Amino acid sequence: MSFTLFIIQTLNGLQLGVLLFLMAAGLTLVFGIMNFVNLAHGSMYMMGAFFAASLYNVTGSFLLAAVLLVPAMLTLGLAVNWIALRKLYPRDHLDQVLATFGLILFFNELARMIWGPSPYYMEVPEFLIGAVNLFGVRYPAYRLVIIASGLLVALGCYVLIHRTRIGMLIRAGASNRAMVDVLGVNITLLNAMLFALGAVLAGFAGLLAGPIMSVQAGMGEPILILTMVVIVIGGIGSIRGAFYASLIVGVVDTLGRTLLPNLLRTVLERSAADIAGPALASMMIYLLMAAILAVKPEGLFPVHKH
Amino acid sequence: MTYANPSAGRALLRRSALAAALLCGALGAGLAQAQEPVKIGFIATMSGPGGALGQDQYDAFMLAIEQKGGKLGGVPVEVIREDDQLKPDVGVQAATKLLKSEHVPIITGVTFSNVMMAIHKPITDSQVFLIGSNAGPAPIAGKECSPFFFSTSWDNDMLHEAGGQLASDLGYKNMYVMAANYQAGRDAVSGFKRDYTGKVIDEVYTQVNQPDYSAEIAQLQAASPDAVYVFYPGGMGVNFVKQYRQAGLLGSLPLISVSTIDGSTLPALKSLAVGAITSAPYAPNLDNPQNKQFVEAFVKAYKRQPSMYAAQSYDAANLIDSALAKVKGDVSNKDALRAAFKEADFDSVRGAFKFDSNQFPDAPFYRVDVVEGPDGAELQASTPIKIKTRANFAAQCNMK
Repeated sequence: MSFTLFIIQTLNGLQLGVLLFLMAAGLTLVFGIMNFVNLAHGSMYMMGAFFAASLYNVTGSFLLAAVLLVPAMLTLGLAVNWIALRKLYPRDHLDQVLATFGLILFFNELARMIWGPSPYYMEVPEFLIGAVNLFGVRYPAYRLVIIASGLLVALGCYVLIHRTRIGMLIRAGASNRAMVDVLGVNITLLNAMLFALGAVLAGFAGLLAGPIMSVQAGMGEPILILTMVVIVIGGIGSIRGAFYASLIVGVVDTLGRTLLPNLLRTVLERSAADIAGPALASMMIYLLMAAILAVKPEGLFPVHKH
Repeated sequence: MTYANPSAGRALLRRSALAAALLCGALGAGLAQAQEPVKIGFIATMSGPGGALGQDQYDAFMLAIEQKGGKLGGVPVEVIREDDQLKPDVGVQAATKLLKSEHVPIITGVTFSNVMMAIHKPITDSQVFLIGSNAGPAPIAGKECSPFFFSTSWDNDMLHEAGGQLASDLGYKNMYVMAANYQAGRDAVSGFKRDYTGKVIDEVYTQVNQPDYSAEIAQLQAASPDAVYVFYPGGMGVNFVKQYRQAGLLGSLPLISVSTIDGSTLPALKSLAVGAITSAPYAPNLDNPQNKQFVEAFVKAYKRQPSMYAAQSYDAANLIDSALAKVKGDVSNKDALRAAFKEADFDSVRGAFKFDSNQFPDAPFYRVDVVEGPDGAELQASTPIKIKTRANFAAQCNMK
């Protein structure tokens, strides 16, 4: 593989990475701080994509759709939390898994009822159509925007978590929930806000993914699985861990998919390599996760619990 | 038996005779009313990501029945709809229900090959006719063929043989081939190679339901082929085509696809897919009277263009209509009904239509272009594709 192609593939990996980070940030906070397993996070991503697609198709403006998406996802997040989840926080993980799995089914069916069973139409905004010539290979302009906006959100999260009072409470909650509660902080409100924040981030990921992927019922599940891998690798509850793990998973997955089949062809027969290559490439990130957990069982950046 | 009182005996006799007469009357009435509805089972994938395909099949099937006033072949029919959820086990449950408790003589539909493989044997073994209107896995066209199975679609290999032939006809010397990494994807590539005379410079298999193809698209640009051939059904196709377009390739690097851009995915792609070439058994612009009235009625009823899934299912309904008319609604004589099906005495929306010896259609494939249209884009068939080399499953099917 040439050097320029390597650069392009690394960019592709980064782009997948920042999408994963938007998903993982919310999930790791909810999991790490509220000790709540939320399988319905992928549904928030899906609903975000559908909301964004509808808003974009109705208003005709991508930026306006992005702005309107925030209150929509905030409302959805608060509503889901209040209606379905708030009673589940003290319950054990199995109950939470069952309930949020039910929510996945609910949202998939809801999306199908509202938007129909076929994939829904969403296009790249006109001012971002086209490809940029990058080292001789054409690279879609929109994907560069995904990378940039993902990094901006990551920066925003960093400021929120490390430079604000709410961030301090979130970090404190991650370390010792009971103590924060005893100190008179309304932990229920904090939980609801965190959950809604996670929903907004996932919805934002849906907005960014909508123009490049198929917006359809069930689109949240494949990305949810990758996100779970990310938060486990990064250390549950750690935003910093989620950030690095997202980029690692994104790059490893992308390079694995392109390098591994070619690499195998040099050592194996063509037909055998064609069978083993894609299979191994799809296992790469899970092998990576197993290797990391063997060395650091708490993930790369564990949150210290007291 | 003796009676102490003869008149009492006579009275009993009279009453018996009356009862017998009434009974006969009832029976006679029953015979006259043989027109009780013929039950037709319909199994397809109606939910999940593949649900749009099954919905198309169902809508077109019901449209045909509605056009004929709730009857097929002059007999009232009752359609019992089952959703297989794209799960073979659920499909088998649905088939069992239709066979054992509904006692249907005919089942139709079936969207995906894995479900077809699971339900083909139980249905045909019970001597119930299965009229497949989409899935056509190779085994049931060949070794495991059954006299009780008829298809109004194609066998899976044929789709890609047509694709390979089209690439050859267009004169592309170097093709880059991509498919999802599962059985149908591997079959697609082998089918394509059977009729493609140029050189396959690389074949790439991606994960099933992979959302992002940016890495593969960068890779294929570096290989600089003459054209690209892909098989990505459903949402995968929407992902791939969108990203291919965004990389600035659609329009500069020809894209030939099969089962990727069709009636079910075009609404999500619209103008993004303009310029792509596909090979398909059907497009709404096919020029025959039957298709003209079908498209008009379908658009009027459902406010969308019919897909090939709809077209094939409409053909299935009309095939059943022709057969039921021939046997005058009597589904008990299986041999007569089978002979009636075999004649394929109906107007197909695909044009010429007759059955091969394996009871799969011998019907044309077309080069179908995605062109600009009223809703952003529409599918337009042009020249029929003459497939040179066929897998010839009919030869492996020894059925009388």
